[in-house]
Amino acid sequence: MRSWILALSAAALYLLHQDFWFWRDARLVFGVLPIGLFYHAAYCVACTGLMWALVKFAWPDELSTGTEG
Amino acid sequence: MTAALIVFAYLAIVLYIGIFAFRKYERKPDAEEFFVAGRSLGPAVFLLSLFGTNMTAFTILGSAGHAFGNGILTFGLMASASAFIIPLCLFLFGTRIWSLGRRFGFITPVQMYRDRWDCGHIGTFIFVVQAALLVPYIIIGVMGGGATIFAISGGAVPYWIGGAIVALVVMSYVFLGGMRGTAFVNAFQTVLFLSFGLAAVLFIGWRSGGFAGAMERIAASPDAWLLTRERISPWYFFAYTLIPLSTIAFPHISIFCLTARRMNEFKRTIILYPLCILAIWLPCVFLGVAANGMREVPAIDAKLEARAAMAAPGVTPEDRAALRPQAAGDDVVIVLLEHYAPIWLAGLLGAGIMAAVMASDSQILALSTMFTEDVFAYYGGKRRFGERMQVATGRAFVIVLTAAAYLIAIRAPQSIFDLAVQYAFTGYAALVPLLVGALFWRRSTKWGALAVALWTAFIVLGVAVFQNMVPAPPPGREVVAWSVGGMPVLSRVATGTAIFGLLPVVAATIGSSILMWAVSLATPPPQAATVERYFAGK
Repeated sequence: MRSWILALSAAALYLLHQDFWFWRDARLVFGVLPIGLFYHAAYCVACTGLMWALVKFAWPDELSTGTEG
Repeated sequence: MTAALIVFAYLAIVLYIGIFAFRKYERKPDAEEFFVAGRSLGPAVFLLSLFGTNMTAFTILGSAGHAFGNGILTFGLMASASAFIIPLCLFLFGTRIWSLGRRFGFITPVQMYRDRWDCGHIGTFIFVVQAALLVPYIIIGVMGGGATIFAISGGAVPYWIGGAIVALVVMSYVFLGGMRGTAFVNAFQTVLFLSFGLAAVLFIGWRSGGFAGAMERIAASPDAWLLTRERISPWYFFAYTLIPLSTIAFPHISIFCLTARRMNEFKRTIILYPLCILAIWLPCVFLGVAANGMREVPAIDAKLEARAAMAAPGVTPEDRAALRPQAAGDDVVIVLLEHYAPIWLAGLLGAGIMAAVMASDSQILALSTMFTEDVFAYYGGKRRFGERMQVATGRAFVIVLTAAAYLIAIRAPQSIFDLAVQYAFTGYAALVPLLVGALFWRRSTKWGALAVALWTAFIVLGVAVFQNMVPAPPPGREVVAWSVGGMPVLSRVATGTAIFGLLPVVAATIGSSILMWAVSLATPPPQAATVERYFAGK
């Protein structure tokens, strides 16, 4: 169940990269950052959140069994 | 000149790190120590070095230059897509590569493929394809180094001497320190660039009176499209997300996965990787876009004039080709630094840029490792001459390779960005099915692997030949070379080649995935005992 939620979250985040809703929007956030650039900067932060969840809840511990030096 | 002196001081420090690592190697002089740092890197060096390995001239100079000419789309195309794909690949593939390396003693991906699929010469062919794809990437580093020293010295150090200095320094610390030297240098370089990237934005912003004015000027100009993505199709943007897949298939990244002391060292790297990308790419892309509103800088103004002249009606293809280098933005960050930053800071920031430019060290070491392990040792050199000779061969290869890359770099004027994307990234993305097959699919076979490698060589060579035969049309137009039922299959566009209207990476990756699947099913399965060793209990 947990791995399904993580897989769906990853798929959703991948699709959210395609932000067609800001495609032609030239607004400036804080008067300086184009909104498309701001969105993708925030997207990087969201990626960190997903990676944290993967490491926390789906870490493949079995791969390191018997291999630690 | 002060700036150039600071850069040279930086190069001396980097060289010293190589010598320091060499002393460590002398204590345990074996191939594993030289090629994978004795599989002993801790979490901090592993994160900083892995990230530094991915930062090249392309990341810093290429990204700012691309953003100068194409606007904010650069960040979405290359940075945020990488922030998702690369750590995910480290999670899925990197941990498994590390585990197999520990269990079976692999040092290169080809060693793993040979063992996994019980093959010999097919592995050699994969080595050839990987090596051929890696060389352009190495050349970028030398080109970026030459361009950076030329710009920072105000033209006092010619491009060819700048490239030679960078090549010589990189060659020296790779030669002396092997993977440990390269990892330490990369970690140092990453810290340097993370620190100075933000400083560059703050200083240029402060000295130029803030970026708000520049952005407003762009928004009010005919170049307002630079703040949006209206000039590219969403499909192009979507297709580009396949490019970062190439990262895990690059041999220097696969090999670097083997250097971690424990698998847990991956955890921090996977989590923090997207933030590192944000910290490096956002300042570069932002500066590249903002430069379009800074006409008070004479060199920027000249670039914008050249761009306007290129877009004027009636301009001939010859004139456009002559104007293109003048309008190119690969040096835009350096130009801004020279204009706005005090001379000492420009030098320090230049050293930060050099840090990224010199990332070709990992590729040089990887290619040397592959040649030594996959060719020299595999065909009997290790057995006949021993391990010391194996390391000596690796070192000799470092010298030959760097010299060859330098000679090509001073003769090849092609844009940094184009060279990297069109050949190396597309090819390595097409090789990803090798990893998927080897690590996740029991039924994959050596014939499937051979089909993937052949297809990759075919499509990369095909694109290179096609682009040489058909000149680039003006932006916005396409030359259709082959169509079926009125639908364009193969076209030449201003930025390169389009297959079914998309980047070649889509056809390359989908094609190699289908080939791995179909050819594997059509050929006898690998030996049960081998499969059992890899997938026991799964």
